[in-house]
Amino acid sequence: MTIDWAAFTPWSALLGGALIGLAAAAMILLNGRITGISGITGGLLAPQRGDIGWRAAFVLGLVLAPTAWMLAGDLPPLQIDADYPLLIIAGLLVGVSTRYGAGCTSGHGVCGLSRLSPRSLVATLAFMGTGFATVFVMRHLLGG
Amino acid sequence: MQRVTLSSFLIGLLFGIGLLVAGMANPAKVLAFLDLAGAWDPSLALVMGGAIAVGLIAFRLAGQRKVSVLGEPMRLPTKRDIDRRLVFGSLGFGVGWGLAGFCPGPALVAFGALEAKAMVFVVAMLAGMAAFELMERRSASR
Repeated sequence: MTIDWAAFTPWSALLGGALIGLAAAAMILLNGRITGISGITGGLLAPQRGDIGWRAAFVLGLVLAPTAWMLAGDLPPLQIDADYPLLIIAGLLVGVSTRYGAGCTSGHGVCGLSRLSPRSLVATLAFMGTGFATVFVMRHLLGG
Repeated sequence: MQRVTLSSFLIGLLFGIGLLVAGMANPAKVLAFLDLAGAWDPSLALVMGGAIAVGLIAFRLAGQRKVSVLGEPMRLPTKRDIDRRLVFGSLGFGVGWGLAGFCPGPALVAFGALEAKAMVFVVAMLAGMAAFELMERRSASR
């Protein structure tokens, strides 16, 4: 393992992480809800009465974050190397699996680990594990 | 109800700005973290660390409350079983995450930045989520 010190951004990572944590904190303390993005978004696709507004508002906030950012300055780079077929496969897989596994990096990774939930620890280890393995296969075995 | 909707909007905005500050909305940076055998960028470990440090305090406070500050019921997950769904779903999610470098939150933020590739990913992700709902409904009615 070689660490790419030139790419390492510890302070913005910690600050960004703290802002994400603050958002999750506000959601549970103000609204009594877990900030699980796959769960909040997925709930919009099987709408239940009285349960749509806050979900739609949260997702709208996420989507408008770059617009709010641009009021203050240029967006940071967003480099998407995957080609379209791969993006479609990855998107379908992320959509089905996060709903089947009841969470993603936010719900299990941030909120679940913050709650010291064994269920979320297992989920996080599982998706981190296959995340590392997938990149290894794609980059070092298939060389893509 | 209005206050909850407004706070959810502002929380989404804050979450999205956090993802942009952290660099997590950039798939290339996420993949550099997931690439242990390459030139490894450990930044995302600190994103998780920073978020959990704040989260630990927040959820400890939340556990002591019966209702939220805005008067909503505290909906903390009660499920405890580590079952097939949890494990296989999470394993599958990791594969998708590693293929494109997008998980749901960053993908929605990049969608909002009007990146065409992120829009395609988000549409596929929503299709996947909708397919899950259909499968659930079908197995429930059986």
